[in-house]
Amino acid sequence: MAIQAKGLEAPVEPDQRLRMYRDMLVARELSDRMFTLNRQGRAAFAITGQGHEAVQVAAAHAVRPGVDWILPYYRDVAMMIALGMKPRDILLGLFAKADDPNSGGRQMPCHWSWPEMRVVTRSSVIAANLPHAAGIAYASKLRGLDEVTLVSFGEGATSEGDFHESVNFAAIHQLPVVFLCENNGYAISESSEKQMAVKHVADRAKGYGIIGQTVDGNDLIAAHQTLSWGVGECRRGRGPVLIEAKTYRFSPHTSSDDDRRYRPREEVEEWAKRDPIDRFRTRLQGEGALTPDDDRALRDTVKREIAEAVAGAEAAPDCDPADTARYVYFEGDSAQQRGAG
Amino acid sequence: MSTKTYLDAIHDAMWEEMERLPTMVVLGEDIQEGGVFRATDGMLAKFGKDRVLDTPLAESSIVGIAIGMAQNGCVPVAEIQFADFAFPAFNQIISEAAKWRYRSNNAWGCPIVVRMPYGAGIRGGMYHSQSIEALLAHVPGLKVVAPSTPHDAKGMLKAAIRDPDPVVYFEHKKAYRALKDELPDDDYVVPIAPAQVRREGGDLTVISYGFMVHECLQAAEELAGDGVESTVLDLRTLAPLDRTAILDAARRTGKVLIVHEANLTGGIGGEVAAIIAEHAFDDLDAPIRRLAAPDVPAMPFSGAQEDACLPSKETIAAAMRDLAAY
Ligand SMILES: Cc1ncc(C[n+]2csc(CCOP(=O)(O)OP(=O)(O)O)c2C)c(N)n1
Ligand SMILES: [Mg+2]
Repeated sequence: MAIQAKGLEAPVEPDQRLRMYRDMLVARELSDRMFTLNRQGRAAFAITGQGHEAVQVAAAHAVRPGVDWILPYYRDVAMMIALGMKPRDILLGLFAKADDPNSGGRQMPCHWSWPEMRVVTRSSVIAANLPHAAGIAYASKLRGLDEVTLVSFGEGATSEGDFHESVNFAAIHQLPVVFLCENNGYAISESSEKQMAVKHVADRAKGYGIIGQTVDGNDLIAAHQTLSWGVGECRRGRGPVLIEAKTYRFSPHTSSDDDRRYRPREEVEEWAKRDPIDRFRTRLQGEGALTPDDDRALRDTVKREIAEAVAGAEAAPDCDPADTARYVYFEGDSAQQRGAG
Repeated sequence: MSTKTYLDAIHDAMWEEMERLPTMVVLGEDIQEGGVFRATDGMLAKFGKDRVLDTPLAESSIVGIAIGMAQNGCVPVAEIQFADFAFPAFNQIISEAAKWRYRSNNAWGCPIVVRMPYGAGIRGGMYHSQSIEALLAHVPGLKVVAPSTPHDAKGMLKAAIRDPDPVVYFEHKKAYRALKDELPDDDYVVPIAPAQVRREGGDLTVISYGFMVHECLQAAEELAGDGVESTVLDLRTLAPLDRTAILDAARRTGKVLIVHEANLTGGIGGEVAAIIAEHAFDDLDAPIRRLAAPDVPAMPFSGAQEDACLPSKETIAAAMRDLAAY
């Protein structure tokens, strides 16, 4: 893909590269396992982001964790892993267990919420959290806080009115928001030609008077540079930015979908050659940062860790039906009265 | 004490809270101009354009942005110019604000206020007259209020602004200038939830809310002239309903008429009637009656047809007489 990365301001240290690689492996293994657990009848539903790992890990490394606000979407398993969420915590959500930190078993898996990391609760409603990103960023600006808000979504989401309303508002007020579109070419079965007449989601930025940038989302370093540039622009008061990462999902939309009905196998195979994890491994090995032996050992470790996390999470206590009616309203306890900010 | 209209009360509640809360923001369409009803009159000059925020003409994001602001230390009060135009924001109100705390298992709260001028009787036509409160009162996680007096309008708006959960605040357009009260000069709140008995009488109970309360009170006065004494219960909060007050009044009088200007089917009246039927059936001396707008999509612009839709002092009095005679 002949799409340039933007900016040169984000060197990635060797340790950090290995961590990024590991996080992608963890996310991939975990996601594959979540699908398998569904197929085995052990989990009601799975939704994951195999194929999107590079841009997601890049995003997590471009923001300042705990300072910048993050509004991820259901595909962002690798983003959450890279931010430090434990596979066990994600699996507690998969099994809808009481200790699921994202929602206490109330939401479908991978509907993230993590107040300490400023990861804001999200519904299943596509694009509905884009206005929240704009509102959070407006508050940052009003209060004079050096914070950036990153919100991610698919290209299908850009057809929603909330996309338009939010980008427009953020542009009017020059808010520090990185709108990150993980464009995998499909919204369930609908190819992107059915969503838009423009070739790139980033082209839409012009209509709002902001900068749009397309990047190869399967190239971790390019994506990291571009996202770091976007975060930097926001911090310099030149936000918002719209970044489109071209990528592809290797899984069906969800465990309830059969993508063979709408995606030609040749296309899937073509994209498999651009697997972001393979590409990064090749790069690391070319740089001498990872030997094939180390790589094998690392992958074995990751497999083992995920298997242990599955066993632990599956055995965790279920939700108590007696708690079904809790937290409809504030209960006057130690809980958040206002937002987590 | 000072004499204030219902509109003044709303304006002053926001003004006083804006003075008290440095991160409070009022936002909506034409807010800086003072709003089409002038509820934010003078605020731009006093509090500045960042806290008195003119938004683009886009209701979903007005509420969505308010939700975001509330996460990051602001206290947003969003205005939907007319309740009739709230529907594009329903997704944000119902899917987002209402479920925010529940879906995060109490990790996050959503303390926003959404003000909605509503109601008929001002020749507003189909899209400037609707009473949409029942649609939102159906949604757990929201608090829905509809104050009927300037005193309550001020106190309940302050309560809404200080509430840790999302509150939809219905303000009746006809009440804006028609109603005046002597209001205390000191800070006060009227808590969300308790209903208020506006008039006591043992023969029957009329339950209503919003501007209709005043029609009911006038009808009750008229009947008192004929020796029929009625209780008028003002619900004030539509979600969650004050079941105790509803059941007390029903039990004390044995006869209940429920009045609202929203259309009949699926209205608040149905829920109130069900509560009474379930829990106070043995105390009833007559079938519960409802008086509401007919099931037409919205109030016509024609004055003759609008009047035909709205309960009035006369139709309420007639229904009360019927019930008293049962
Ligand atoms: C408002 C809304 N409409 C429909 C759906 C059902 N739905 C869930 S995901 C999805 C496709 C989203 O596609 P895209 O935004 O491209 O993200 P992707 O899943 O491809 O990453 C649809 C239609 C929904 N969740 N919300
Ligand atoms: Mg897509």
